[in-house]
Amino acid sequence: MAKFVAVTLILITIGSAIPIIAHIWVPPADISTHGHLIDEQLSDTMFEAGICFIAAQIILAIFMWTASSRKPGEKIRNFPGGAKALVTAAFLLVGTEVLALGFFGSKAWGEIYFTPAAADSLPVQVQAGQFAFYFRYPGPDGKFGPIHPEMVNEASQNVFGLDTTHDQDAKDDIVTAEMGIPVNKEIHLLMHSKDVGHSFYVRELRIQQDFVPGLDLSLHFTATKVGRYEIVCTQLCGLGHYNMKAYLKVMSQPDYDAWMKQQAALQ
Amino acid sequence: MATTLQPPSIKLPSARGVPRTKKLGPEVPSTGIWVGLAAITMTFAAFTSAMIVRHGSAPDWQHFSFPIILYFNTVVLIASSFTLHMARSRFAAIGNGAADSGPALRALYGTLVLGGLFVCGQYAAWLQLRTKGIYLATNPSSSFFYLFTVLHALHVIGGLLGLTYVISKLHRSVLAKRTLDATSQYWHFMGVLWLYLLGLLWIRI
Amino acid sequence: MHDVSTHAAHHAPPQGFLRKYVFSLDHKVIGKQYYGLGLLAVLIGMVLSWLMRLHLVWPNAAIPGLKWLSSTGAPGGIMTPEYYLQLMTMHGTLMVFFVLTNVPFAGFGNYFLPIQIGAEDMAFPRFNMMSFWVTFVGFWVLIAAFFVGDGPPLSGWTAYPPLSALASAGPGEAVGQTLWAISIAIFCIGQLLGSLNFITTTLDLRTKGMTLMRMPLCTWAWFITSCIGLLAFAVLLPACILLILDRVAGTSFFVPGNLVISDQLIANHSGGSPLLWQHLFWFFGHPEVYIAILPAAGIVSHILVNSYRRPLLSHKVVIYCMMAIGFLSYMVWGHHMFVSGMSPYSALAFSFPTLVITIPSTILVLIWIGSLYGARLQVNSASLFALGFVSMFVTGGVSGFFLAQPSIDVYLHGTYFVVGHFHMVMGVAAIFGMFAGTYFWGPKMFGRMMNETLGKIHFWCTFVGAYCIFMPFHYLGMVGNVRRYSAFVDDYLQPLLPVHKFITYAALFTGAVQIIFLYNLIYSRFKGKPAPANPWDGTSLEWATSSPPPWDNFGGKTPVVYHDPYQYGIEASSGDYVMQNSPEQIQTVREDK
Repeated sequence: MAKFVAVTLILITIGSAIPIIAHIWVPPADISTHGHLIDEQLSDTMFEAGICFIAAQIILAIFMWTASSRKPGEKIRNFPGGAKALVTAAFLLVGTEVLALGFFGSKAWGEIYFTPAAADSLPVQVQAGQFAFYFRYPGPDGKFGPIHPEMVNEASQNVFGLDTTHDQDAKDDIVTAEMGIPVNKEIHLLMHSKDVGHSFYVRELRIQQDFVPGLDLSLHFTATKVGRYEIVCTQLCGLGHYNMKAYLKVMSQPDYDAWMKQQAALQ
Repeated sequence: MATTLQPPSIKLPSARGVPRTKKLGPEVPSTGIWVGLAAITMTFAAFTSAMIVRHGSAPDWQHFSFPIILYFNTVVLIASSFTLHMARSRFAAIGNGAADSGPALRALYGTLVLGGLFVCGQYAAWLQLRTKGIYLATNPSSSFFYLFTVLHALHVIGGLLGLTYVISKLHRSVLAKRTLDATSQYWHFMGVLWLYLLGLLWIRI
Repeated sequence: MHDVSTHAAHHAPPQGFLRKYVFSLDHKVIGKQYYGLGLLAVLIGMVLSWLMRLHLVWPNAAIPGLKWLSSTGAPGGIMTPEYYLQLMTMHGTLMVFFVLTNVPFAGFGNYFLPIQIGAEDMAFPRFNMMSFWVTFVGFWVLIAAFFVGDGPPLSGWTAYPPLSALASAGPGEAVGQTLWAISIAIFCIGQLLGSLNFITTTLDLRTKGMTLMRMPLCTWAWFITSCIGLLAFAVLLPACILLILDRVAGTSFFVPGNLVISDQLIANHSGGSPLLWQHLFWFFGHPEVYIAILPAAGIVSHILVNSYRRPLLSHKVVIYCMMAIGFLSYMVWGHHMFVSGMSPYSALAFSFPTLVITIPSTILVLIWIGSLYGARLQVNSASLFALGFVSMFVTGGVSGFFLAQPSIDVYLHGTYFVVGHFHMVMGVAAIFGMFAGTYFWGPKMFGRMMNETLGKIHFWCTFVGAYCIFMPFHYLGMVGNVRRYSAFVDDYLQPLLPVHKFITYAALFTGAVQIIFLYNLIYSRFKGKPAPANPWDGTSLEWATSSPPPWDNFGGKTPVVYHDPYQYGIEASSGDYVMQNSPEQIQTVREDK
């Protein structure tokens, strides 16, 4: 039985490794300026984790095989070096590996979080609410009008609760259901939640950040490839969570300008 | 006699045939109390950090001065620790054939009364706040005030139940020293905890 | 409280049906009660997981019987999106609390800790009984959520506010969520009482000769777990109290102002911090997962030594590793919150101990595998599940490498990768520990041997099945398949539907296979071969008494301990082992190399 299980384990190990080695299910191509750092971390980690996984399972299987066929009279043997060798190996190999991963990984993290948005980045506000994302652009005056929660009204499409009658800054704000941005331009994303917790996730951009009601959070990123990408909610927000998404359209500067003119006309 | 077939490089855990005895540690009820007090400490620490975070998370914290009776209640609670300490030494004296359980019982009753007075005094404090329109949900500061004082009072009531149990045992002359010790450790801790809370509330509320 | 002597708890033998089987002070009965409650919880939890998997793959199918459970949640048997989330919440809550915290710790621990240290019972038998009945009440309060108003809460077992704090935020968020919070608060109290007992008993009730270092590894695991649990549940309880107050008393600990739900401004809350809940919850939540795994690790170590017929390469190192894991578990909670909006500097601070905790975990694995080298492996259902645990623990642990790094977590957070990781360690490895414990100790607890053939079939099918279910979760996560979705409507998810189908088939198969285990358990209980006192030639004290043990564990003959717990692989009068309470002396014979 032990030999049968050992063989099963080896087959499972090989079977599990195949999709990874064959790159069957992989993250989508990265379209951001910082994403390559994450991808490098990911593949380094996959390599090291993969080696640990395969080695451990195969050695376990081999030892199961050999240990189950030992006869009653045979001497018990020690693993060479005993516990001391194993503890040392754990500290040296695993310890340095994980610390290295942590150290180099902090660089990728810092790229996203430790640098402020550039002074000339394009500000876009995103509001997450049950169960849609809406976006707001400041318009020609470059300022966002204040939000009046008591004025939020989905039926009249005043999703941000803007008072365009009395607030000067709100008059030229542009609200859209789709996020349009120019390619190769840094975006300063201002995140606001209308009700409960949500999260902003664009796989291709390699960004993810929760919305926290009551907190003004922000992210900055630069998209490097034109295209249409899905923004999905990744924090459980209620019954419509599975359906809460919007599209990110990365466009060339001329296309973006045209799109913005179009959106302004629709306000 | 068993012989090992182990290669000598395995350090067999000590294989002497002589049973190693170990003097067993503190009395069991006290261990239980100390473990319980660790949990209670952790609970109040969690509430403390919640208060600190909540205070800093929004500008809506409104300070208020808490009722003066709180200071009086503090004195009462500290006094109850003294009477309990007296009860313990009087109880120890019984063992030396010195006296009957009367003095010890009186000291215990005194502790019980003072403890009950403390709880009543806390209740009076809550009533006073209510007349000023300060309720649980009025403001985060009042929320934490009520939270801390109510939870502490509930634990003190638990201590009162313990004291009642001890008194009933002493009446029937079946009280063990370890039971009294454990109960008094809990009771003194309630006093220490109250001093901490008083300080915390004084700084923050 | 209960007066005890220095060596053992005295209470008279139980009389009457209620005292013997229902409101029993006997730790063995209480242990079995916890096990039974856990078994009921895992069966419900497993059925819930089937319902979830069926809905994900066949969302428009009418599931037979479901409309009887909830006509609003599943009109005509077709599950609504909210009901999926409600079932998911109950699945997680039942499994994490009432199965993983109950069975390996409160179940087996209650039964075997006193016996393994040579005591007659726990230090506080009445508190022990109370701890079970409190947990029992908590269980039914939770189950009641299925049958109230619009059903159970849908905020997940993690219950993040404001979703979990506002009744208007979703179906089930009114009464259901309040019942949930009350149930968990009750559960905390039960656990605190239990931990109190375990710690006091381990420190004070060990028999003559039983030093701390002579305790078996599972006893150590239970002791360390109870220390972790004491402090962890003492933080969850405040969190639940604050949540209940926000829900019913109008306070604003977690709920900020200016929230708008369905065009209604939420007027009676302001200033609260949703992140506060997350910090409190995960400060409990991370130690909780070690509470779930350490007892299983201890049980597995205990069983492996027995089936290897030799001591582990170092008894002390295993103990120190378990202690290190317990200690470090309090320093890593922020790794659940890397993208939560907390300070990115804190993220790095939390990442470091999270990576460091890999080291003691690796040492444990190396010792388990390294001790197998040169051993004489006895193959039985218990040892197979114990070895299966090692394999699963490696797999689950290795996926942790990824999630421990904030930069990678940016991509993998909230995806099926995380779900795969925690199911591997908790949903499989810890469960394997429970199965191993059942096969190993079933004969002792019930006085009957279990059927080994059925056990081996159960093992092989569950081992293969579990890998088939949970390995693909990691691949889905790599693509970015978001979790907690009741349906897969996004464009990028469409190509992944065949993978989900495969997982569902594997889940149904693996679930069905558990019938073999249930049948074995029930049949053996009544018709199994009578078990001898020591069917596995074990050395620890549970094997020094009859199967099942008498009411006071040792029939009045308190054992005296002469040896360390794992004297295997030697030549002795009874075989290749010497029991802890045997006065037989052991001499090391120097071998020529």
